[in-house]
This record gives sequence, C-alpha cells and structure tokens, in this order.
Amino acid sequence: MSKQVVSTKVNGDPVDFICDPRESLLDVLRDRLGLTGSKEGCGTGDCGACSITLDGRLVCSCLVLGVEAEGKEIGTIEGVADGADLHILQEKIIDHAGLQCGVCTPGIIVAAKNLLEKNDNPTETEIRYWLAGNLCRCTGYDKIIRAVQDAAAELRKAA
Amino acid sequence: MAFDQQKDQQFKYIGTRPKRQDGIDKVTGQAKYGADTYQAGMLHGSIVRSPHAHARILKIDTSEAEALDGVKAIVTRADFATGLTGENWNILENIMADKRALYDGHALAAIAATSPLIARDAAKLVKVEYEPLPHVTDIVDAISGGAPIIRESSIEANVPEGYHKNICRRFECGKGDVEVGFGEADLIVERDFFTEATHQGYIEPHACLAHMTPDGKGELWCTTQGHYNVQRICAALLGIETSQLKVTASEIGGGFGAKTTVFIDPVACALSRKANRPVKMVMNRSEVLRATGPASSSWSTVKVGMKKDGTITAAQGTYRLQGGAFPSAPSESPAQVTFAPYDIEHAEMVGLSVLTNRPKQAAYRAPGAPMGVFASEQVLDEMAHELGIDPIDLRLKNAAKEGTKGVHGPTYKRIGLIETLEAAKAHPHYSIPLKENQGRGVACGFWFNFGGSTSVSMALSEDGSVALSIGTPDIGGSRASMALMAAEVLGIPYEDIRVTIADTASLGYNDNTHGSRVTYAVGLATIEACKSATQELCKRAAGEWGIDPEAVEWEDGYARPSGPNAGSFEPLSLKQLAAKMTQTGGPINGHFEASPQTAGPGFATHLVDVEVDPETGKSTVIRYTVVMDAGKAIHPDYVEGQMQGGAVQGIGWALNEEYVYGEDGRLQNTVFLDYRVPVASDLPMIDCVIIEVPNPGHPFGVRGVGETSIVPPLAAVANAVSAASGVRQTRLPMSPPRVLKSMKEGKVVG
Repeated sequence: MSKQVVSTKVNGDPVDFICDPRESLLDVLRDRLGLTGSKEGCGTGDCGACSITLDGRLVCSCLVLGVEAEGKEIGTIEGVADGADLHILQEKIIDHAGLQCGVCTPGIIVAAKNLLEKNDNPTETEIRYWLAGNLCRCTGYDKIIRAVQDAAAELRKAA
Repeated sequence: MAFDQQKDQQFKYIGTRPKRQDGIDKVTGQAKYGADTYQAGMLHGSIVRSPHAHARILKIDTSEAEALDGVKAIVTRADFATGLTGENWNILENIMADKRALYDGHALAAIAATSPLIARDAAKLVKVEYEPLPHVTDIVDAISGGAPIIRESSIEANVPEGYHKNICRRFECGKGDVEVGFGEADLIVERDFFTEATHQGYIEPHACLAHMTPDGKGELWCTTQGHYNVQRICAALLGIETSQLKVTASEIGGGFGAKTTVFIDPVACALSRKANRPVKMVMNRSEVLRATGPASSSWSTVKVGMKKDGTITAAQGTYRLQGGAFPSAPSESPAQVTFAPYDIEHAEMVGLSVLTNRPKQAAYRAPGAPMGVFASEQVLDEMAHELGIDPIDLRLKNAAKEGTKGVHGPTYKRIGLIETLEAAKAHPHYSIPLKENQGRGVACGFWFNFGGSTSVSMALSEDGSVALSIGTPDIGGSRASMALMAAEVLGIPYEDIRVTIADTASLGYNDNTHGSRVTYAVGLATIEACKSATQELCKRAAGEWGIDPEAVEWEDGYARPSGPNAGSFEPLSLKQLAAKMTQTGGPINGHFEASPQTAGPGFATHLVDVEVDPETGKSTVIRYTVVMDAGKAIHPDYVEGQMQGGAVQGIGWALNEEYVYGEDGRLQNTVFLDYRVPVASDLPMIDCVIIEVPNPGHPFGVRGVGETSIVPPLAAVANAVSAASGVRQTRLPMSPPRVLKSMKEGKVVG
C-alpha cells in the first residue's frame, strides 16, 4: 500500500511523517518518531497504556490510524514535563510509589492530567472511573489514586 | 547475629520511604522496556500459530511466504537444537511445535521481515496441513474415561497404576495418621472446589531484540525476570555455548512469574542467526493470552476433622492442577501450602499434575497456592460458622508458631502468623457492622519464600559514591531497597548509591527475580558485599594510623579506632578514604556470591467485605485489609505495593478472570475486553498492616513479601461472598450469573 505524508504537531513541535495507511498512530509514534513512552499493552483500546491527547481529547493511540492525525495536535507522555521540571502528577506518582513496574505509568499520567485539566477537585470515585480505562496489574490502584488526589490538592493550592 | 539482638536494631535508612531512583525515567516515558529499543538494519518477527487444540502437523509450506518481498528468514523446529532433554526439551516443544500442535496458539513457524506489516502478511502465506486430533481442555474431562491421552511418555514413575494417563506426576506429604485424626473429630466436612486458569496479565507483552553474528556470538535484549536463565535456555535451544550469548534485561513491565521462562527469545535468536541481521519480536495481547502463562486450573478435594472447641484433628487434601500439554503444573505446592499455617497432628496431602490441550502453565505468584487455599480456607470457614466460633479465633486456636512442625515437613523458626491474626482481629475493619447483602471473609496464607543463587558487586568511586551491580531485574522497586540496604551498611546517603541491573557478561550468575527472593537474598548479598568493602576501608584507615586493622571498626560512614589499645585518631570518612584509595592499595570493591538458604516463611491474614447484589449476583468488594509479616520492611511503600497488588490480582481471580475454551478447544477470550482484569472503578482502597517479626536468617530481618499476598484473597473473597449470598461458593470465578444461579438453587452448580 502506498505510504502517505502526514503533518502534525507533536508536543507543540511541527512534525511530518510518512506512514502506511494500516499503521496505528501508536506505531508511528513509537517506530517512526522514536517516542516510545506510549506503550502497546493490548492494541485493542482496553488497557490505556498508549493514552495520548489528540487536539486535547484523551484517546488510545492504538485505536487511531497514523493518517488520521493529519493537521492535529498530539500530546504524549514525553511532553508532560516542562523541560527538567516534572508535572505535579509525575512528582506525586513518584512520591506515593504509585508505580511498580511502571509500564502503565505514562498512560496513567496522560489520562489523569487530562482529568485534572477538566476537574481539579475530583472525588475518589470520579478518579477511579476516569482511570477505569487504564489497566495497572501491579499496584491495585490504591497508591495511584492517592497520588492523583494529592496532585489535585496541590493544583488547587497553586490556583 | 542472634535474633534477640537483631530485634532492637536501630536503622537510619531502612524503613524510610525515599523516591525510587528510576522514578523520573518511568514517569517521563524515558525508561526502556522490552519493545523500546531499535537497531540499524533490524528486522521484525512474527509467528505462525496453530488454530487447532490438537493436531498432527503434516506439512509446513513456506514457499509463498519466502517469495514475499521483504521476507528475510523463516524458521521452524528444524532450526533449533536436537537431542534436548528435560525442561529444555519441554520449553522448545512449547515455543516451536514439532510433530504435533498441542494447543490453540501453539507456534509452528516464525518469519523475519523488513517491517512488522510484511512479517504479519507473510505469516498468513505459510500453508500448514493439519490432521486434527481429539482434544481435551477441561481438567475434570481430562482425567475421566474417554479423554485423549496427551503424552504418555511424560508420566513419572511414582504415578500408581490405574491412574488416568493424563495424570503425569504425583506428590505426597503429611504426618501422623488421618484415620486416627478423623476418629477424634466431632465434625467432619469434605468438599470439592474448582478454579479456572487465569493469566498473570502483565501489561507489557513479551518483547526482545536479538542479534546473532556469524562468529557464533550473540546479544539479546529482552523483558525478563531473569536474564541469566534466558541466556542458559536460549543457548541450549540454539546449540551454542552459554557465555557466547550476552543477555541484557530491559526494564520489565510486570511478570508475576510468567517472565521466568522464555517464549520468543530463542525464536528471535534463530531468525537473526538465519538472516544475519538483528531481529525484534514483540507479542500482541492475543498471543500473550493464547500462548504464554497462564496459571493452572484446578480441582481440589479437602476434608477436615475438628473438635467442638475448634481444634483441627485431621486434614486431608487432594489437589489436581492442570498444566497444559506439559508436565509442569505446580501440584506439589497446594499439598504443602494449604495447611502450613496450622499445627495439625494428622495430615495427608496429595498433589496431582494433569495434562490437557492448553498452553504450558507458567509460574504465577505463589504458583499453585491460591487455588488450593481457596479450598482449605473455605472448609475452615464453614466449620467455624457451624461450630459458632469466630473465624479468626478458630485460626488462632490452631495457628503454627515457632517450633511447630508444618504438615509439609519443616519445623518453623520464628514466624509471624499469630501476630497477623491478632492485628486483623484488632483492626477497626473487623468490627465495622455489615449491612444487608454484605458478607465478611477471612483467610490466612503461607508461602515458603526462597533464597537462590545470587551475585552482587559494588564499586567505590574516588568521590565516595557507590555503584552497586545486581543481576535480578527490578520488577517493583527493588533497586530502591538495595540502595537503602547499601546505605545502611556503608553509612552514606541513599542518593550516593546508583544501582544497576548488570548484563550476563558483567556479573556472575543470578537466579530469576522470583520466589519472593530479591529483597531477602539479593539484599543479603548486597549487605555482605558492602561489608566486605567496609572491611577494606577499615584496613586502609588502620594503615593510615599505623595500627592493627582489627582495632578499627566501621560505624555510620566512618572508620573509627575501637577497643582499649587502638589509640586516639580522628575518624576517617568513606569520602576521605575513597579519595586516597588508589594511593593506599588500589580500588576498593565489594562482592558476594552465595545461595542463601535462610529465607523466612511468609504469613498473611486478609479481611474482606463484599456486597452481593441479589438481583444481578454481582459482587462488589467494599473493604479490604491485608495484614502481612514482612520480617522487616526495607522500603515500606513497596512492601505495601506488593500487599495491595497481590490482593487485587486475587480479587480478579476470584470474581472476574477465567480462561474460556470453546467446544473446539480454542480460547475464546483473547483480548483484555473479554479477559477482564480488575480496573480502578472495581475497587476500594486496599488497607495494609505491615507486621515485622524479623527473619532470623537475614541480617536486617527481611522476609519475602511478593507472593504471600496472593495466597489468601481467593478464599477470603469466597468466604465473604458465601456469607453475603448464603451459599458456599465452590467455583471460580464468582461471576454474577454463577452467584445469582447459586442463590436461586441454594448451591453452586457448574
């Protein structure tokens, strides 16, 4: 199949790539752009390890084709920290030991950041339902939920 | 050091909760996992798999696939070593079929091509001719009359005549005479219990990058719980010398036991050898579910005799575990583990391994224990209710302690079961009133824990910082624990120690990250390696002062003169001694190699409250408390993490997860949508109580904590659902339709 040229912005920078129309955006991010922070845990949109934002909307990048990203703004885990300054969620995930193996962590952070941008005072239940699409097999979620709660509290203090 | 002295140890770093050193890499997406590496000229692999549960392979025609532009190599069984025996043969047979496909998803051939898409397209062009054979996937069917015999040659000599020929191994342990014990009982309960296979469900699929070169050497990067084991097995399966293959462990995205073996690594090596190019292989989720893991399914029969006061007079158990088409089911484990928490005079335990047309069972966190305990701890719960005894009191009455001879043989040194039971009883959770449709469950669990072969080395830099090399992949924060233990011994800040997982060419042999062994055994080796360095540091200080090395002691980061005749000198810090090391005798390193045998057994008590919806049969966990003896929690956050993670995997096993096979012998739920692991909205917070009864066999008292945590939850949740539904739940998973049906019929059926 003939490849296509796609123009996007990734984490704020203009990025053009060519890809096979069958390639997922996740494949493109990882294999063509070297952004391996987004992980493939399932390839069917069930695990959330490949979570990114597309024009600000939280999506599983394994369910988006690379060619569908034409003209869109893509946000990945690599763009969450501001240079050497971690996002408060990244700090709190480390502080609360909200990771063990860490492979779900990028997706969790991208998804939770998207929640806190909409709602900086979510209840425990709201956090649990928002993250229900992000599987973690190591932690039992407890410390992740606490980290998100703590990050939200910090964000409210700063606001 | 004697236990009594050890109990009062004061720690500076141990027991604190510093940030893990790989934290930033992991929250920014920089950490490199199995699939996150690339090499110039790299090819991509794919695998051709059997759609049949059992079939003779008549012919594999690869000509069309080979003709596809971009295909560079195809391998089949003929490309691997011949003449293998034992587990090496079993592993090869599992990762690349020979004459028969033994389960749905069994690998038959593999392709390397210039892109993942071409490799996938080429796999579809491989033509395989099969002669389908009768199959069996269910454990009860497999050992009933007409089931096809999977592999008669794997039946071990101690399996008695007359057993079904799909029973390939028999294990037995116990003590006393159960007939005498049952004769003394006022109440006897006997029940059968069934559990389905579950998958470890790590989020990172298996992945590797192999590069074999024409000089017979090779390098392999892979996600694994033990790269030395990968090295050994790959070398054997490829027919090369072990040391010619250098294996580097990537960051690992979960394993829970199933990454202690290999699936695609030798295949990528064989493809690379044939194509003379690097080959990357990454499994998709469907391949992970069909052809890796899973844990055994089981059928247990448990009989317990008890006096009116709750004293157990006898226990008898038969545990049948299905391990796929390979003699690997860990059936000895439930036989040993189920009644290990109790002081019982008469016990008889039998474990049977059963063959079916399913993938080769792989270790899953305390392999074999949770399903057996699902049976034993429910029988005890039922008897406690029948006799009107509080379930914790019943367990306290029979609890094993120091000096008790376990039903599996050993006599316990200091253990912490009673402490976990007492803490559970005193916990506020245990006295919260339950509402309608709610039930509370209690269960205890035991796991042996393990030492294993371990090599550790540490190197001191001239600026006084330390590089610690260990050989066990860090699956849950163990680098932080090693740095804490090294900091404690050396007396330098945690931040001054960098811990690296060394490759197989850089450090001596290490067993896998398994058996709850890392914090215990690698921790012990880290402590000893650091102590060997502090001895050398003391020697250098003695040289400086012109006194006997014996007269110098290491304390809190300083060499100090010690004893009445040592003289009076200003203590020398590690930094000062390190700065001069090249002039005072050369580099200062520490190392330690051993197979420590003093792992302390782990015990836990779990409490859980469940609400069952009487209209739908859906069970919701509303409260969960884990009480576990950690010996000494080095980094309490990551100890709690093990406690919480194990409990939640157990909740999934109890309520949702199962392998569903069709009549055709094919696995029907091969994606996470259908194989449903617990998600955040299914769960409450998981409360933790860490008990610290030091292991006398570790300098700081550490016991393993990784596996004990999954031993009680299946039974604890079942006891809670049984209480809430009014029906003893004898089958997993306790899915809504099954529980609803049990409530309508007054018993569990199918």
